[in-house]
Amino acid sequence: MPIRRDDRDRYVEVELRRGEEPLWLRCGSCGELVFRRKLQENNYICPRCGAYFFLTAQERIAALVDEGTFQELTLPLESDDPLSFSDRKPYADRLKEARESTGLSDAVVIGVGNIAGHRVMLAVMDFRFIGGSMGIVVGEQLAFAMERAAEERIPFVFVVASGGARVQEGVLSLLQMAKTVAARQKLAQAGVPYIAVLTYPSTGGVMASLASLADITLAEQGALIGFAGPRVIQQTTGEKLPPGFQRARYALEHGLVDGVVPREGLREELVRVLQVLEGVTSGG
Amino acid sequence: MADERTIRALEEKVAELRRLVEEDGVDLREELALLERRLQALRRELYESLSDWDRVRLARHPGRPRGLELVKRVCEDFYELRGDRMGGDDPALRGGLARLGGRPVAVLFHHRGCSPEEQRACRGGMALPAGYRKAARIMHIAERLRLPLVTFIDTPGAYPGVEAEAANIAGAIAECIATMLSLSVPTVAAILGEGGSGGAIALAAADRVLMLENATYTVISPEGAAAILWKDAAAAPQAAEALALSAPRLLELGVIDEVIPEPLGGAHVDPDATAQAIRDAVIRHVSELEGLALDERRKLRYSRYRNAGNCGVKAKAD
Ligand SMILES: [Zn+2]
Repeated sequence: MPIRRDDRDRYVEVELRRGEEPLWLRCGSCGELVFRRKLQENNYICPRCGAYFFLTAQERIAALVDEGTFQELTLPLESDDPLSFSDRKPYADRLKEARESTGLSDAVVIGVGNIAGHRVMLAVMDFRFIGGSMGIVVGEQLAFAMERAAEERIPFVFVVASGGARVQEGVLSLLQMAKTVAARQKLAQAGVPYIAVLTYPSTGGVMASLASLADITLAEQGALIGFAGPRVIQQTTGEKLPPGFQRARYALEHGLVDGVVPREGLREELVRVLQVLEGVTSGG
Repeated sequence: MADERTIRALEEKVAELRRLVEEDGVDLREELALLERRLQALRRELYESLSDWDRVRLARHPGRPRGLELVKRVCEDFYELRGDRMGGDDPALRGGLARLGGRPVAVLFHHRGCSPEEQRACRGGMALPAGYRKAARIMHIAERLRLPLVTFIDTPGAYPGVEAEAANIAGAIAECIATMLSLSVPTVAAILGEGGSGGAIALAAADRVLMLENATYTVISPEGAAAILWKDAAAAPQAAEALALSAPRLLELGVIDEVIPEPLGGAHVDPDATAQAIRDAVIRHVSELEGLALDERRKLRYSRYRNAGNCGVKAKAD
């Protein structure tokens, strides 16, 4: 089956978006300078070239939930740097910088909110925080979110933006794969649906655990979905990568996801899923 | 100073003296005993001063006992089961039924191959989705037949390739972790060589996790971490240290339950003694777990993974 390239498979990260909130943002793909408000109205899609801007967790949440309904439940935890890890820069410094530039305690935000009136538990990753990598704090927040969703019997929606496990916490990060998978079983025991939304990127340890175990799996158009990154594959095997490799449409054509949805249609798609499942958690 | 060259020189001297004693009847027993004690002390000194990078090299040592050959020494009998029943059979991840301590168990293990052809077929022990799907199938058999599950881990990682991605390697690993966590039978994992990231934890979400003294267990290879974080391949030894991938460090961190000692010099020095030590430890842990009620075992397993790494978080500063 030929793999078609996505029409919009460019995700761009814009340096200007770190830190303070500028009025204008430059598209990293075509170079166009776009008025922030206009970009926001356009779902952070470049009006000139159609590239998707990376979304912060807060922007993603605002784009998905009914206005004013989100109640953040992120636990007040931060990494204690258990290995006292240092490469060219101490991990403690990287954490501090990431906290300051994002205003987040780690790479995920959790909370409850309504999507067209359907109450859900949301966990949204933020790629700006050390590549959305999963360390102990992320594992802890995700497990807590699932346990709460199971208790409250409300669907769990996980928006993935992660390059994988956090290297700086070593095997303790690897164990978060088992932690989140264990907590996922609480949802199954309670008969609570779990919907995963894979965005750019959804790879590595998060993909080889929780993100692959949803009841319904949607991919945002252009998302990168896989285990090993394209560079590692090329370096290890010397294989030529097919066009569109590991992108959302490739994932759909290989049976990895239930649907590919453009960013502007994501909320409506979630509403459809939540509507068809209406009543599923009230039977138990 | 304890280095390998000094030790080898001393070993040659000892061999020469022994020949003199045995062949020519020269009375050098005192000198010989002295030299042998010195040699043993040097070996111990060298061994105890191993850096984490030394251990990485021992874990990868070409003579290290591994895979099928090692499993055959550890278990009394092994009957291999093959195929994922979905179109594939991966020689890099094997498994089946075995007898261990006189009772039946299910076993899973990575295999790197002996002959060059076999090694190529096993891609250096990097398993494919078909391997992990076969592993999940064998886990289900263990559950149905009430067999304790024993896994032996030795892989640089899951195979990073185009076909593996197209066949959903990530999903196959996730499914293995989920299945292993859901079993009601006792589960024991032993990391014997390299415990490389996702490909390792797919078989390591067990009630008990044991490690050979010079095995490694890591989120990323030291070379990978060196390339990504140090931007310098030569930093691999530093990365090995920083990653806390050695058995003693992981025991301190509470990631593993027991370090299985290796013969002085490493597992390759005495494969039989190594196999015996693995066997004794695994049998002991399986029977300990069987002494626990099912509910208790379930509770312990959930809290083990639910709380994994919680020593590494703190309340937010502000
Ligand atoms: Zn543009």
